[in-house]
Amino acid sequence: MGARRSRADAFFKTLAFVFGSSIVALTLVFFYVLTTGSSLTIKSGFAFILGSEWNPLGNVYGVLPMIYGSVVTSAIALLIGVPISLGVAVFLSELSPRRLKSPISFIVELLAAVPSVVYGLWGVFILAPLLRVYAYPFLQAHFGFLPIFQGYIYGASILTAGIVLAIMIIPIVSSISRDALLAVPDSQREAAYALGATKSETIRISVLSYARSGILASIFLGLGRAFGETIAVTMVVGNTPLISGSLFSPGYTLASLIANEFTEATTTTYISALVEAGLVLLCVVFLTNIVARYLISRLVRSREAASYL
Amino acid sequence: MKFWRFLMDKVLISLAFVSVIIAIIPLASILYFVTVRGAPTINLDFFTRLPPTPEPGAVGGLGNAIQGTLILVGLAACIGLPFGLLSGIYISEYGRNFFGRSVRFLGDVLIGNPSIVAGILGFTLLVPPLHSTSAMAGAFALGVIMIPIVSITTAEALRTVPNSVREASAALGIRKWRTSLLVVANAKSGVATGALLATARVLGETAPLILTAGISSLWFSGLNRPIASLTYYIFYYGTSPFKNWVSLAWGAAFFLIVMVIGINLAVRLLTRGRRPYAY
Repeated sequence: MGARRSRADAFFKTLAFVFGSSIVALTLVFFYVLTTGSSLTIKSGFAFILGSEWNPLGNVYGVLPMIYGSVVTSAIALLIGVPISLGVAVFLSELSPRRLKSPISFIVELLAAVPSVVYGLWGVFILAPLLRVYAYPFLQAHFGFLPIFQGYIYGASILTAGIVLAIMIIPIVSSISRDALLAVPDSQREAAYALGATKSETIRISVLSYARSGILASIFLGLGRAFGETIAVTMVVGNTPLISGSLFSPGYTLASLIANEFTEATTTTYISALVEAGLVLLCVVFLTNIVARYLISRLVRSREAASYL
Repeated sequence: MKFWRFLMDKVLISLAFVSVIIAIIPLASILYFVTVRGAPTINLDFFTRLPPTPEPGAVGGLGNAIQGTLILVGLAACIGLPFGLLSGIYISEYGRNFFGRSVRFLGDVLIGNPSIVAGILGFTLLVPPLHSTSAMAGAFALGVIMIPIVSITTAEALRTVPNSVREASAALGIRKWRTSLLVVANAKSGVATGALLATARVLGETAPLILTAGISSLWFSGLNRPIASLTYYIFYYGTSPFKNWVSLAWGAAFFLIVMVIGINLAVRLLTRGRRPYAY
Protein backbone atom coordinates (compact mmCIF):
# COMPACT_ATOMS: atom_id res chain seq x y z
CA MET A 1 0.00 0.00 0.00
CA GLY A 2 2.65 2.45 1.10
CA ALA A 3 4.85 1.53 -1.83
CA ARG A 4 2.02 2.12 -4.27
CA ARG A 5 1.30 5.49 -2.78
CA SER A 6 4.87 6.61 -2.97
CA ARG A 7 5.03 5.35 -6.54
CA ALA A 8 2.11 7.68 -7.26
CA ASP A 9 4.10 10.42 -5.57
CA ALA A 10 7.14 9.76 -7.70
CA PHE A 11 5.00 9.59 -10.81
CA PHE A 12 3.36 12.94 -10.13
CA LYS A 13 6.66 14.56 -9.29
CA THR A 14 8.17 13.29 -12.55
CA LEU A 15 5.11 14.45 -14.46
CA ALA A 16 5.34 17.94 -13.00
CA PHE A 17 9.09 17.96 -13.67
CA VAL A 18 8.61 16.95 -17.30
CA PHE A 19 5.98 19.62 -17.89
CA GLY A 20 8.09 22.13 -15.99
CA SER A 21 11.03 21.30 -18.24
CA SER A 22 8.82 21.99 -21.24
CA ILE A 23 9.40 25.69 -20.59
CA VAL A 24 13.15 25.21 -20.80
CA ALA A 25 12.70 22.99 -23.85
CA LEU A 26 10.49 25.61 -25.50
CA THR A 27 13.16 28.27 -25.01
CA LEU A 28 15.80 26.02 -26.58
CA VAL A 29 13.48 25.08 -29.44
CA PHE A 30 12.86 28.75 -30.19
CA PHE A 31 16.55 29.43 -30.60
CA TYR A 32 17.28 26.14 -32.36
CA VAL A 33 14.51 26.50 -34.94
CA LEU A 34 15.25 30.13 -35.68
CA THR A 35 18.99 29.57 -35.91
CA THR A 36 18.74 26.58 -38.25
CA GLY A 37 15.89 28.16 -40.23
CA SER A 38 17.91 31.25 -40.96
CA SER A 39 20.99 29.56 -42.47
CA LEU A 40 23.06 32.00 -40.47
CA THR A 41 26.78 32.29 -40.94
CA ILE A 42 28.97 34.96 -39.41
CA LYS A 43 29.77 36.68 -42.70
CA SER A 44 26.24 36.75 -44.11
CA GLY A 45 25.03 37.68 -40.65
CA PHE A 46 27.00 40.92 -40.72
CA ALA A 47 25.90 41.68 -44.28
CA PHE A 48 22.35 40.97 -43.19
CA ILE A 49 22.36 43.25 -40.19
CA LEU A 50 24.41 46.06 -41.71
CA GLY A 51 23.01 45.91 -45.24
CA SER A 52 20.69 48.78 -46.05
CA GLU A 53 19.13 47.32 -49.17
CA TRP A 54 16.15 44.98 -48.98
CA ASN A 55 15.40 43.63 -52.42
CA PRO A 56 14.03 40.07 -52.43
CA LEU A 57 13.72 40.05 -56.24
CA GLY A 58 17.42 40.77 -56.57
CA ASN A 59 18.18 38.35 -53.72
CA VAL A 60 19.67 41.15 -51.60
CA TYR A 61 18.67 41.02 -47.97
CA GLY A 62 19.78 43.79 -45.60
CA VAL A 63 17.70 44.66 -42.57
CA LEU A 64 19.38 47.84 -41.39
CA PRO A 65 16.29 49.93 -42.32
CA MET A 66 14.10 47.58 -40.28
CA ILE A 67 16.46 47.65 -37.31
CA TYR A 68 16.44 51.45 -37.58
CA GLY A 69 12.64 51.41 -37.69
CA SER A 70 12.30 49.08 -34.71
CA VAL A 71 14.79 51.11 -32.65
CA VAL A 72 13.30 54.50 -33.50
CA THR A 73 9.65 53.47 -33.02
CA SER A 74 10.52 51.83 -29.69
CA ALA A 75 12.46 54.90 -28.61
CA ILE A 76 9.49 57.16 -29.41
CA ALA A 77 7.22 54.75 -27.54
CA LEU A 78 9.45 54.96 -24.46
CA LEU A 79 9.87 58.75 -24.67
CA ILE A 80 6.12 59.27 -24.72
CA GLY A 81 4.88 56.21 -22.86
CA VAL A 82 7.24 56.07 -19.88
CA PRO A 83 6.51 59.53 -18.40
CA ILE A 84 2.76 58.94 -18.72
CA SER A 85 3.07 55.47 -17.18
CA LEU A 86 5.14 56.84 -14.30
CA GLY A 87 2.51 59.50 -13.75
CA VAL A 88 -0.16 56.81 -13.59
CA ALA A 89 1.97 54.71 -11.24
CA VAL A 90 2.63 57.66 -8.93
CA PHE A 91 -1.06 58.53 -8.95
CA LEU A 92 -2.12 54.99 -8.11
CA SER A 93 0.42 54.41 -5.36
CA GLU A 94 0.79 57.88 -3.77
CA LEU A 95 -2.08 60.20 -4.62
CA SER A 96 -5.25 58.36 -5.47
CA PRO A 97 -8.13 58.23 -3.03
CA ARG A 98 -8.73 54.65 -1.96
CA ARG A 99 -12.02 54.40 -3.84
CA LEU A 100 -10.49 55.35 -7.20
CA LYS A 101 -7.49 53.02 -7.05
CA SER A 102 -9.12 49.84 -8.14
CA PRO A 103 -11.31 51.25 -10.97
CA ILE A 104 -8.43 53.26 -12.42
CA SER A 105 -6.02 50.38 -12.41
CA PHE A 106 -8.70 48.23 -14.04
CA ILE A 107 -9.21 50.82 -16.79
CA VAL A 108 -5.48 51.14 -17.42
CA GLU A 109 -5.12 47.36 -17.50
CA LEU A 110 -7.94 47.16 -20.04
CA LEU A 111 -5.54 48.95 -22.40
CA ALA A 112 -3.51 45.74 -22.28
CA ALA A 113 -6.58 43.66 -23.06
CA VAL A 114 -7.39 45.46 -26.31
CA PRO A 115 -6.14 43.17 -29.10
CA SER A 116 -3.26 44.69 -31.03
CA VAL A 117 -5.07 44.37 -34.35
CA VAL A 118 -7.79 46.64 -32.92
CA TYR A 119 -5.09 49.19 -32.04
CA GLY A 120 -4.02 48.89 -35.65
CA LEU A 121 -7.52 49.46 -37.00
CA TRP A 122 -8.02 52.43 -34.70
CA GLY A 123 -4.58 53.74 -35.63
CA VAL A 124 -5.28 53.57 -39.36
CA PHE A 125 -8.75 55.10 -39.37
CA ILE A 126 -8.84 57.39 -36.33
CA LEU A 127 -5.40 58.29 -34.98
CA ALA A 128 -3.32 58.58 -38.16
CA PRO A 129 -5.72 60.95 -40.00
CA LEU A 130 -5.99 63.07 -36.85
CA LEU A 131 -2.22 63.29 -36.48
CA ARG A 132 -1.63 63.95 -40.16
CA VAL A 133 -4.15 66.77 -40.38
CA TYR A 134 -3.69 68.48 -37.00
CA ALA A 135 -0.69 67.40 -34.93
CA TYR A 136 2.03 66.89 -37.52
CA PRO A 137 1.53 70.20 -39.41
CA PHE A 138 1.61 71.91 -36.00
CA LEU A 139 4.89 70.20 -35.13
CA GLN A 140 6.32 71.07 -38.53
CA ALA A 141 5.26 74.71 -38.23
CA HIS A 142 6.78 75.20 -34.79
CA PHE A 143 9.67 72.74 -34.67
CA GLY A 144 10.33 72.41 -38.38
CA PHE A 145 13.92 73.58 -37.87
CA LEU A 146 14.63 70.12 -36.44
CA PRO A 147 15.44 67.63 -39.20
CA ILE A 148 13.19 65.00 -37.59
CA PHE A 149 10.15 67.16 -38.32
CA GLN A 150 10.97 68.03 -41.93
CA GLY A 151 9.79 66.63 -45.23
CA TYR A 152 6.49 65.40 -46.57
CA ILE A 153 3.94 64.39 -43.94
CA TYR A 154 2.55 60.86 -44.15
CA GLY A 155 -0.17 59.48 -41.91
CA ALA A 156 1.38 56.02 -41.86
CA SER A 157 4.80 56.88 -40.49
CA ILE A 158 7.48 56.07 -37.96
CA LEU A 159 6.06 58.68 -35.55
CA THR A 160 2.50 57.32 -35.80
CA ALA A 161 3.78 53.81 -35.08
CA GLY A 162 5.76 55.14 -32.12
CA ILE A 163 2.68 56.88 -30.71
CA VAL A 164 0.53 53.74 -31.04
CA LEU A 165 3.29 51.76 -29.32
CA ALA A 166 3.49 54.37 -26.56
CA ILE A 167 -0.19 53.75 -25.80
CA MET A 168 0.31 50.00 -25.92
CA ILE A 169 3.17 49.92 -23.39
CA ILE A 170 1.40 52.10 -20.79
CA PRO A 171 -0.33 49.18 -19.00
CA ILE A 172 2.79 47.04 -18.48
CA VAL A 173 5.12 49.91 -17.56
CA SER A 174 2.61 51.51 -15.20
CA SER A 175 1.60 48.30 -13.44
CA ILE A 176 5.15 47.05 -12.85
CA SER A 177 6.42 50.44 -11.71
CA ARG A 178 3.36 50.92 -9.51
CA ASP A 179 4.25 47.62 -7.80
CA ALA A 180 7.76 48.96 -7.31
CA LEU A 181 6.41 52.18 -5.75
CA LEU A 182 4.05 50.26 -3.46
CA ALA A 183 7.02 48.24 -2.21
CA VAL A 184 8.74 51.37 -0.89
CA PRO A 185 8.48 51.25 2.91
CA ASP A 186 6.49 54.05 4.55
CA SER A 187 9.47 54.91 6.73
CA GLN A 188 11.12 56.36 3.61
CA ARG A 189 8.20 58.70 3.00
CA GLU A 190 7.96 59.63 6.67
CA ALA A 191 11.64 60.49 6.76
CA ALA A 192 11.25 62.88 3.85
CA TYR A 193 8.15 64.50 5.30
CA ALA A 194 9.91 64.87 8.64
CA LEU A 195 12.63 66.85 6.86
CA GLY A 196 9.96 69.24 5.62
CA ALA A 197 9.71 68.00 2.05
CA THR A 198 6.58 68.72 0.05
CA LYS A 199 4.57 65.86 -1.43
CA SER A 200 6.26 66.03 -4.83
CA GLU A 201 9.69 66.28 -3.22
CA THR A 202 8.91 63.26 -1.08
CA ILE A 203 7.86 61.30 -4.13
CA ARG A 204 11.02 62.29 -5.98
CA ILE A 205 13.54 61.95 -3.16
CA SER A 206 12.33 58.93 -1.29
CA VAL A 207 9.83 57.05 -3.44
CA LEU A 208 11.03 57.23 -7.05
CA SER A 209 14.70 56.95 -6.23
CA TYR A 210 14.11 54.05 -3.84
CA ALA A 211 12.10 52.22 -6.51
CA ARG A 212 14.43 53.03 -9.40
CA SER A 213 15.47 49.47 -10.21
CA GLY A 214 11.83 48.39 -10.38
CA ILE A 215 11.05 51.34 -12.62
CA LEU A 216 14.02 50.47 -14.80
CA ALA A 217 12.68 46.91 -15.05
CA SER A 218 9.29 48.19 -16.15
CA ILE A 219 10.95 50.32 -18.82
CA PHE A 220 12.87 47.31 -20.13
CA LEU A 221 9.66 45.28 -20.25
CA GLY A 222 7.99 48.12 -22.16
CA LEU A 223 10.95 48.22 -24.54
CA GLY A 224 10.59 44.49 -25.20
CA ARG A 225 6.89 44.88 -25.91
CA ALA A 226 7.41 47.83 -28.23
CA PHE A 227 10.26 46.15 -30.10
CA GLY A 228 8.33 42.95 -30.69
CA GLU A 229 4.86 44.37 -31.33
CA THR A 230 3.81 43.33 -34.78
CA ILE A 231 0.39 43.76 -36.24
CA ALA A 232 -0.54 47.22 -34.94
CA VAL A 233 2.79 48.54 -36.20
CA THR A 234 2.40 46.80 -39.55
CA MET A 235 -0.86 48.66 -40.06
CA VAL A 236 0.44 52.16 -39.28
CA VAL A 237 4.17 52.26 -40.07
CA GLY A 238 3.94 52.39 -43.86
CA ASN A 239 6.02 49.27 -44.55
CA THR A 240 8.72 50.91 -46.64
CA PRO A 241 12.37 49.92 -46.08
CA LEU A 242 13.70 53.46 -45.70
CA ILE A 243 16.21 55.12 -43.41
CA SER A 244 15.00 58.68 -43.39
CA GLY A 245 15.87 61.34 -40.87
CA SER A 246 12.27 62.50 -40.77
CA LEU A 247 9.84 60.92 -38.34
CA PHE A 248 7.00 61.80 -40.71
CA SER A 249 8.22 59.40 -43.37
CA PRO A 250 7.07 55.79 -43.60
CA GLY A 251 9.35 53.08 -42.28
CA TYR A 252 9.53 49.39 -41.52
CA THR A 253 10.26 47.32 -38.43
CA LEU A 254 11.68 43.81 -38.05
CA ALA A 255 8.37 42.45 -36.78
CA SER A 256 6.25 44.13 -39.44
CA LEU A 257 8.65 42.92 -42.12
CA ILE A 258 7.98 39.33 -41.08
CA ALA A 259 4.21 39.74 -40.81
CA ASN A 260 3.97 41.62 -44.07
CA GLU A 261 6.17 39.52 -46.31
CA PHE A 262 6.00 35.98 -44.98
CA THR A 263 2.94 35.09 -47.03
CA GLU A 264 4.62 36.39 -50.19
CA ALA A 265 7.94 34.67 -49.60
CA THR A 266 8.21 31.88 -52.11
CA THR A 267 11.91 31.03 -52.33
CA THR A 268 13.75 29.34 -49.50
CA THR A 269 16.35 32.13 -49.30
CA TYR A 270 13.59 34.69 -48.94
CA ILE A 271 11.97 32.67 -46.14
CA SER A 272 15.28 32.11 -44.37
CA ALA A 273 16.01 35.84 -44.58
CA LEU A 274 12.70 36.52 -42.83
CA VAL A 275 13.42 33.85 -40.23
CA GLU A 276 16.78 35.50 -39.66
CA ALA A 277 14.99 38.80 -39.06
CA GLY A 278 12.92 36.88 -36.51
CA LEU A 279 16.11 35.63 -34.87
CA VAL A 280 17.42 39.18 -34.49
CA LEU A 281 14.07 40.16 -32.98
CA LEU A 282 14.07 37.18 -30.61
CA CYS A 283 17.62 37.87 -29.40
CA VAL A 284 16.95 41.56 -28.71
CA VAL A 285 13.66 40.99 -26.89
CA PHE A 286 15.01 37.98 -24.99
CA LEU A 287 17.93 40.03 -23.70
CA THR A 288 15.78 43.00 -22.64
CA ASN A 289 13.37 40.67 -20.86
CA ILE A 290 16.23 38.92 -19.08
CA VAL A 291 17.51 42.26 -17.80
CA ALA A 292 13.99 43.26 -16.71
CA ARG A 293 13.27 39.98 -14.96
CA TYR A 294 16.65 39.98 -13.27
CA LEU A 295 15.96 43.43 -11.84
CA ILE A 296 12.48 42.35 -10.72
CA SER A 297 13.70 39.13 -9.11
CA ARG A 298 16.34 41.07 -7.18
CA LEU A 299 13.60 43.39 -6.00
CA VAL A 300 11.37 40.54 -4.86
CA ARG A 301 14.25 38.87 -3.06
CA SER A 302 15.16 42.04 -1.19
CA ARG A 303 11.51 42.51 -0.23
CA GLU A 304 11.30 38.94 1.08
CA ALA A 305 14.52 39.45 3.00
CA ALA A 306 13.12 42.64 4.48
CA SER A 307 9.96 40.87 5.61
CA TYR A 308 12.04 38.51 7.79
CA LEU A 309 13.47 41.39 9.78
CA MET B 1 11.31 80.65 -2.29
CA LYS B 2 8.57 79.08 -0.25
CA PHE B 3 6.02 80.09 -2.85
CA TRP B 4 8.13 78.59 -5.60
CA ARG B 5 8.33 75.24 -3.83
CA PHE B 6 4.60 75.29 -3.20
CA LEU B 7 3.90 76.02 -6.86
CA MET B 8 6.30 73.30 -8.11
CA ASP B 9 4.60 70.86 -5.80
CA LYS B 10 1.15 71.64 -7.22
CA VAL B 11 2.43 71.49 -10.80
CA LEU B 12 4.17 68.15 -10.38
CA ILE B 13 1.24 66.60 -8.52
CA SER B 14 -1.20 67.73 -11.20
CA LEU B 15 1.08 66.21 -13.86
CA ALA B 16 0.29 62.81 -12.36
CA PHE B 17 -3.44 63.53 -12.64
CA VAL B 18 -2.97 64.66 -16.23
CA SER B 19 -1.11 61.49 -17.16
CA VAL B 20 -3.95 59.35 -15.84
CA ILE B 21 -6.32 61.29 -18.08
CA ILE B 22 -3.97 60.98 -21.05
CA ALA B 23 -3.78 57.24 -20.48
CA ILE B 24 -7.55 56.89 -20.39
CA ILE B 25 -8.27 58.96 -23.53
CA PRO B 26 -7.04 56.36 -26.07
CA LEU B 27 -9.03 53.60 -24.39
CA ALA B 28 -12.16 55.73 -24.41
CA SER B 29 -11.57 56.66 -28.04
CA ILE B 30 -11.02 53.03 -29.07
CA LEU B 31 -14.13 51.83 -27.26
CA TYR B 32 -16.19 54.69 -28.70
CA PHE B 33 -15.18 54.24 -32.33
CA VAL B 34 -15.26 50.46 -32.23
CA THR B 35 -18.79 50.62 -30.85
CA VAL B 36 -20.06 53.37 -33.15
CA ARG B 37 -18.59 51.84 -36.29
CA GLY B 38 -18.76 48.19 -35.33
CA ALA B 39 -21.99 47.62 -33.44
CA PRO B 40 -24.32 48.51 -36.37
CA THR B 41 -22.78 45.76 -38.52
CA ILE B 42 -23.60 43.09 -35.96
CA ASN B 43 -26.72 41.24 -37.06
CA LEU B 44 -27.71 37.67 -37.76
CA ASP B 45 -25.83 37.66 -41.06
CA PHE B 46 -22.64 38.57 -39.23
CA PHE B 47 -22.73 35.29 -37.32
CA THR B 48 -24.18 32.96 -39.93
CA ARG B 49 -22.88 33.94 -43.37
CA LEU B 50 -19.63 33.69 -45.24
CA PRO B 51 -17.58 36.82 -46.12
CA PRO B 52 -19.05 38.94 -48.91
CA THR B 53 -17.51 39.94 -52.22
CA PRO B 54 -16.07 43.47 -52.22
CA GLU B 55 -18.87 44.84 -54.48
CA PRO B 56 -20.86 47.62 -52.82
CA GLY B 57 -24.05 46.27 -51.35
CA ALA B 58 -22.90 42.65 -51.24
CA VAL B 59 -24.12 41.04 -48.04
CA GLY B 60 -22.27 38.55 -45.91
CA GLY B 61 -20.83 37.98 -42.50
CA LEU B 62 -17.87 36.52 -40.71
CA GLY B 63 -19.48 33.29 -39.53
CA ASN B 64 -16.50 31.26 -40.68
CA ALA B 65 -14.06 33.57 -38.90
CA ILE B 66 -15.97 33.27 -35.60
CA GLN B 67 -16.04 29.50 -36.02
CA GLY B 68 -12.33 29.48 -36.88
CA THR B 69 -11.34 31.64 -33.92
CA LEU B 70 -13.28 29.41 -31.53
CA ILE B 71 -11.66 26.28 -32.97
CA LEU B 72 -8.16 27.79 -32.87
CA VAL B 73 -8.50 29.09 -29.32
CA GLY B 74 -10.13 25.85 -28.13
CA LEU B 75 -7.32 23.73 -29.57
CA ALA B 76 -4.70 26.15 -28.25
CA ALA B 77 -6.20 25.79 -24.79
CA CYS B 78 -5.86 22.00 -25.12
CA ILE B 79 -2.11 22.55 -25.50
CA GLY B 80 -1.59 25.59 -23.29
CA LEU B 81 -3.67 24.64 -20.25
CA PRO B 82 -2.25 21.19 -19.38
CA PHE B 83 1.35 22.26 -20.02
CA GLY B 84 0.91 25.56 -18.24
CA LEU B 85 -0.96 24.12 -15.28
CA LEU B 86 1.47 21.29 -14.61
CA SER B 87 4.57 23.41 -15.08
CA GLY B 88 2.99 25.97 -12.75
CA ILE B 89 2.50 23.23 -10.16
CA TYR B 90 6.11 22.20 -10.69
CA ILE B 91 7.41 25.74 -10.17
CA SER B 92 5.41 26.32 -7.02
CA GLU B 93 5.33 22.89 -5.33
CA TYR B 94 8.51 21.15 -6.51
CA GLY B 95 10.64 24.00 -7.77
CA ARG B 96 12.55 25.06 -4.67
CA ASN B 97 15.85 24.40 -6.33
CA PHE B 98 18.02 25.94 -9.01
CA PHE B 99 16.19 24.22 -11.86
CA GLY B 100 12.80 25.28 -10.55
CA ARG B 101 13.94 28.87 -10.22
CA SER B 102 15.34 28.75 -13.78
CA VAL B 103 12.02 27.44 -15.10
CA ARG B 104 10.25 30.28 -13.33
CA PHE B 105 12.71 32.83 -14.72
CA LEU B 106 12.49 31.51 -18.28
CA GLY B 107 8.70 31.45 -18.04
CA ASP B 108 8.72 35.12 -17.11
CA VAL B 109 11.06 35.88 -20.00
CA LEU B 110 9.01 33.83 -22.50
CA ILE B 111 5.83 35.73 -21.60
CA GLY B 112 7.39 38.84 -23.08
CA ASN B 113 8.44 37.10 -26.28
CA PRO B 114 7.06 38.65 -29.46
CA SER B 115 4.12 36.55 -30.62
CA ILE B 116 5.35 36.67 -34.19
CA VAL B 117 8.28 34.48 -33.13
CA ALA B 118 5.81 31.81 -32.00
CA GLY B 119 4.34 32.17 -35.48
CA ILE B 120 7.73 31.50 -37.06
CA LEU B 121 8.10 28.44 -34.83
CA GLY B 122 4.69 27.09 -35.84
CA PHE B 123 5.43 27.81 -39.47
CA THR B 124 8.80 26.07 -39.52
CA LEU B 125 7.62 22.98 -37.66
CA LEU B 126 4.20 22.44 -39.19
CA VAL B 127 3.65 24.31 -42.45
CA PRO B 128 6.18 22.64 -44.79
CA PRO B 129 5.19 19.09 -43.69
CA LEU B 130 1.50 19.78 -44.37
CA HIS B 131 2.24 21.79 -47.55
CA SER B 132 0.00 24.64 -46.43
CA THR B 133 -0.98 26.79 -43.51
CA SER B 134 -3.39 24.93 -41.27
CA ALA B 135 -5.63 25.04 -38.23
CA MET B 136 -3.18 22.71 -36.54
CA ALA B 137 -0.21 25.03 -37.02
CA GLY B 138 -2.27 28.03 -35.87
CA ALA B 139 -3.45 26.26 -32.73
CA PHE B 140 0.10 25.13 -32.02
CA ALA B 141 1.46 28.68 -32.23
CA LEU B 142 -1.29 30.02 -29.98
CA GLY B 143 -0.74 27.13 -27.55
CA VAL B 144 2.96 27.97 -27.36
CA ILE B 145 2.02 31.55 -26.44
CA MET B 146 -0.35 30.30 -23.73
CA ILE B 147 2.05 27.92 -21.96
CA PRO B 148 4.25 30.43 -20.12
CA ILE B 149 1.29 32.69 -19.25
CA VAL B 150 -0.73 29.89 -17.70
CA SER B 151 2.35 28.50 -16.02
CA ILE B 152 3.40 31.73 -14.32
CA THR B 153 -0.13 32.77 -13.32
CA THR B 154 -0.70 29.29 -11.87
CA ALA B 155 2.56 29.39 -9.96
CA GLU B 156 1.69 32.85 -8.60
CA ALA B 157 -1.78 31.67 -7.57
CA LEU B 158 -0.39 28.60 -5.79
CA ARG B 159 2.17 30.74 -3.99
CA THR B 160 -0.63 32.65 -2.28
CA VAL B 161 -1.87 29.45 -0.60
CA PRO B 162 -0.48 29.57 2.94
CA ASN B 163 2.04 26.92 3.89
CA SER B 164 -0.20 25.87 6.77
CA VAL B 165 -2.45 24.17 4.20
CA ARG B 166 0.47 22.07 2.96
CA GLU B 167 1.63 21.33 6.49
CA ALA B 168 -1.86 20.35 7.68
CA SER B 169 -2.23 18.06 4.71
CA ALA B 170 1.16 16.46 5.33
CA ALA B 171 0.34 16.06 9.04
CA LEU B 172 -2.77 14.08 8.09
CA GLY B 173 -0.52 11.70 6.19
CA ILE B 174 -1.78 12.80 2.81
CA ARG B 175 0.75 12.19 0.08
CA LYS B 176 2.63 15.00 -1.56
CA TRP B 177 0.85 14.70 -4.92
CA ARG B 178 -2.62 14.79 -3.34
CA THR B 179 -1.43 17.73 -1.27
CA SER B 180 -0.39 19.53 -4.45
CA LEU B 181 -3.84 18.99 -5.94
CA LEU B 182 -5.31 20.26 -2.68
CA VAL B 183 -3.23 23.41 -3.01
CA VAL B 184 -4.51 23.83 -6.57
CA ALA B 185 -8.09 23.43 -5.33
CA ASN B 186 -7.40 26.08 -2.70
CA ALA B 187 -6.16 28.51 -5.32
CA LYS B 188 -8.74 27.64 -7.95
CA SER B 189 -9.94 31.18 -8.57
CA GLY B 190 -6.40 32.39 -9.14
CA VAL B 191 -5.66 29.47 -11.44
CA ALA B 192 -8.88 30.06 -13.38
CA THR B 193 -7.96 33.73 -13.65
CA GLY B 194 -4.66 32.88 -15.30
CA ALA B 195 -6.31 30.45 -17.69
CA LEU B 196 -8.94 33.01 -18.66
CA LEU B 197 -6.43 35.81 -19.16
CA ALA B 198 -4.25 33.57 -21.32
CA THR B 199 -7.30 32.65 -23.39
CA ALA B 200 -8.24 36.31 -23.80
CA ARG B 201 -4.69 37.05 -24.86
CA VAL B 202 -4.59 34.45 -27.65
CA LEU B 203 -8.11 35.37 -28.71
CA GLY B 204 -6.68 38.70 -29.85
CA GLU B 205 -3.49 37.38 -31.49
CA THR B 206 -3.06 38.09 -35.18
CA ALA B 207 0.58 38.01 -36.18
CA PRO B 208 1.27 34.32 -35.47
CA LEU B 209 -1.91 33.31 -37.33
CA ILE B 210 -0.76 35.03 -40.51
CA LEU B 211 2.22 32.68 -40.64
CA THR B 212 0.53 29.54 -39.40
CA ALA B 213 -3.25 29.41 -39.77
CA GLY B 214 -3.53 31.41 -42.97
CA ILE B 215 -6.96 32.60 -44.04
CA SER B 216 -9.94 30.99 -45.66
CA SER B 217 -13.16 32.37 -47.07
CA LEU B 218 -14.97 29.08 -46.44
CA TRP B 219 -16.17 27.19 -43.38
CA PHE B 220 -13.79 24.99 -41.39
CA SER B 221 -12.86 22.00 -43.51
CA GLY B 222 -10.24 20.07 -41.59
CA LEU B 223 -7.34 20.53 -39.21
CA ASN B 224 -4.79 20.32 -42.02
CA ARG B 225 -6.43 23.11 -44.03
CA PRO B 226 -6.14 26.92 -43.71
CA ILE B 227 -8.66 28.35 -41.30
CA ALA B 228 -10.34 31.76 -40.99
CA SER B 229 -10.00 33.84 -37.84
CA LEU B 230 -11.55 37.09 -36.64
CA THR B 231 -8.25 38.82 -36.05
CA TYR B 232 -6.82 37.97 -39.47
CA TYR B 233 -10.04 39.22 -41.05
CA ILE B 234 -9.79 42.50 -39.12
CA PHE B 235 -6.26 42.94 -40.46
CA TYR B 236 -7.15 41.82 -44.00
CA TYR B 237 -10.40 43.77 -44.32
CA GLY B 238 -9.22 46.76 -42.31
CA THR B 239 -6.36 47.36 -44.76
CA SER B 240 -8.52 46.78 -47.86
CA PRO B 241 -9.94 49.63 -49.96
CA PHE B 242 -13.51 48.27 -50.00
CA LYS B 243 -16.13 49.97 -47.88
CA ASN B 244 -18.20 46.93 -46.93
CA TRP B 245 -15.06 44.99 -45.99
CA VAL B 246 -13.82 47.82 -43.79
CA SER B 247 -17.13 48.03 -41.97
CA LEU B 248 -17.06 44.27 -41.38
CA ALA B 249 -13.57 44.72 -39.90
CA TRP B 250 -15.04 47.22 -37.41
CA GLY B 251 -17.84 44.76 -36.65
CA ALA B 252 -15.33 42.01 -35.97
CA ALA B 253 -13.30 44.38 -33.79
CA PHE B 254 -16.43 45.20 -31.79
CA PHE B 255 -17.29 41.54 -31.32
CA LEU B 256 -13.71 40.72 -30.31
CA ILE B 257 -13.50 43.59 -27.82
CA VAL B 258 -16.83 42.61 -26.26
CA MET B 259 -15.49 39.07 -25.74
CA VAL B 260 -12.11 40.22 -24.37
CA ILE B 261 -13.60 42.79 -22.01
CA GLY B 262 -16.20 40.23 -20.95
CA ILE B 263 -13.41 37.85 -19.97
CA ASN B 264 -11.60 40.61 -18.10
CA LEU B 265 -14.75 41.50 -16.18
CA ALA B 266 -15.27 37.83 -15.35
CA VAL B 267 -11.71 37.71 -14.04
CA ARG B 268 -12.40 40.76 -11.94
CA LEU B 269 -15.46 39.13 -10.42
CA LEU B 270 -13.49 35.94 -9.82
CA THR B 271 -10.72 37.74 -7.99
CA ARG B 272 -13.10 40.21 -6.31
CA GLY B 273 -10.78 43.17 -6.53
CA ARG B 274 -7.54 41.34 -5.85
CA ARG B 275 -5.28 42.26 -8.69
CA PRO B 276 -4.31 39.44 -11.04
CA TYR B 277 -0.60 38.97 -11.68
CA ALA B 278 0.60 41.48 -14.25
CA TYR B 279 2.52 39.91 -17.09
